[in-house]
Amino acid sequence: MAERVRVKSMMPPGHVRAPAYLRGKTGVIERALGEFGNPEQLAYGLKAEKKPLYRVRFTMAELWGAEAENPEDTVDAEAYAHWLEEAPDAP
Amino acid sequence: MDQHDFALWEKRVDALMVICSSKGLFTVDGLRRALEDMGEDAFEKHTYYERWVAAVNQNLIEGGVYTLEELGQRMDDIAKRGPTYGEATGG
Amino acid sequence: MPHDHPDHFHHEGMSPSGHPYRQDNDTPLTYWQRMEIAVRELLVEKGVTTPAEIAAQIDLMDSRSPINGAAVVARAWTDPGFKARLLANAGDAAREMGFDIGPLHLVAVENTDEVHNLIVCTLCSCYPRNLLGLPPDWYKTRAYRSRAVREPRKVLEEFGLTLPEKTTVRVHDSTADMRYIVLPAQPPGSEGMSAAELAALVTRDSMIGTGLPRHPE
Repeated sequence: MAERVRVKSMMPPGHVRAPAYLRGKTGVIERALGEFGNPEQLAYGLKAEKKPLYRVRFTMAELWGAEAENPEDTVDAEAYAHWLEEAPDAP
Repeated sequence: MDQHDFALWEKRVDALMVICSSKGLFTVDGLRRALEDMGEDAFEKHTYYERWVAAVNQNLIEGGVYTLEELGQRMDDIAKRGPTYGEATGG
Repeated sequence: MPHDHPDHFHHEGMSPSGHPYRQDNDTPLTYWQRMEIAVRELLVEKGVTTPAEIAAQIDLMDSRSPINGAAVVARAWTDPGFKARLLANAGDAAREMGFDIGPLHLVAVENTDEVHNLIVCTLCSCYPRNLLGLPPDWYKTRAYRSRAVREPRKVLEEFGLTLPEKTTVRVHDSTADMRYIVLPAQPPGSEGMSAAELAALVTRDSMIGTGLPRHPE
């Protein structure tokens, strides 16, 4: 499946596993990884809900724009479903 | 090459981290959260395992495993045992 | 044991009780070392752990090294069925070989003529430690962690690895629960070698993606 998703650009304080450099960036789901405890609850010693986790592939062009070293190279990162939203229409 | 063997106290921090998380006293996310909460300059000022022992301790205090008073008293007692790690550690 | 003659401590590296000090035990006691001792003693007193359990965990971690990963890679080079299982679920494949990797969720990514993979953890220092042992120091530096996702080719060049433009670099950021290992491409000239001989060609860096396997002599 090649579903295009965008990492939410929200910036709540506290522990999250969505790196700042990926926020607001659009990528393609590389694979679904199953469900894992929500780190945002685990980090504070709370009972954690299971959240679907995905591997999302971003191009360097998407992440770094004109400064990309090689636009076709990619970064794959894991992202929880609650950090992903439907991507805006393809350009 | 660039790999060095770790000091005994560092290996012990690593072991305590693994043992305590496997016993459910805290999660990896709890450790990461404590590390992040130390702020950016902790990375400059402290070594890797210095930051990790602080994070392990922070989580154990928060989890009520022992109290700050117990920790403070024990660290004071340890200082009186001798000027080196070899002398201050139980064995 | 006796701590009442600290002055004698510098005596030829021997402790007051006449035992040689570990090399790393004879530096001045730091605040963080005191914290480690205090935390450990309190955990033992509270019945959370025992000195034996701590020692066993240190032994276990010391026993893990890139040799384990090299055996997995060599097996994949010599056994297509195993390679397929490794790429489908690297954790189960490593367990199948008898490696105790605990609850590690391991993903293997394959280097080919078209693709070169590189592993990083930008948020902290996540590493497939249950298979490869503890990460090298450079892996934990802010420089590597921030640059690997921004200018991986330049980073690789500093490791002595210049990739053709046509090779796609895929960086894997260990942001959550997965840990990654690179399955490097088998070096030319190594065809027909045994798994044990091949394992000797597999370096730690080749499984992180900052290097390639050695070429056979």
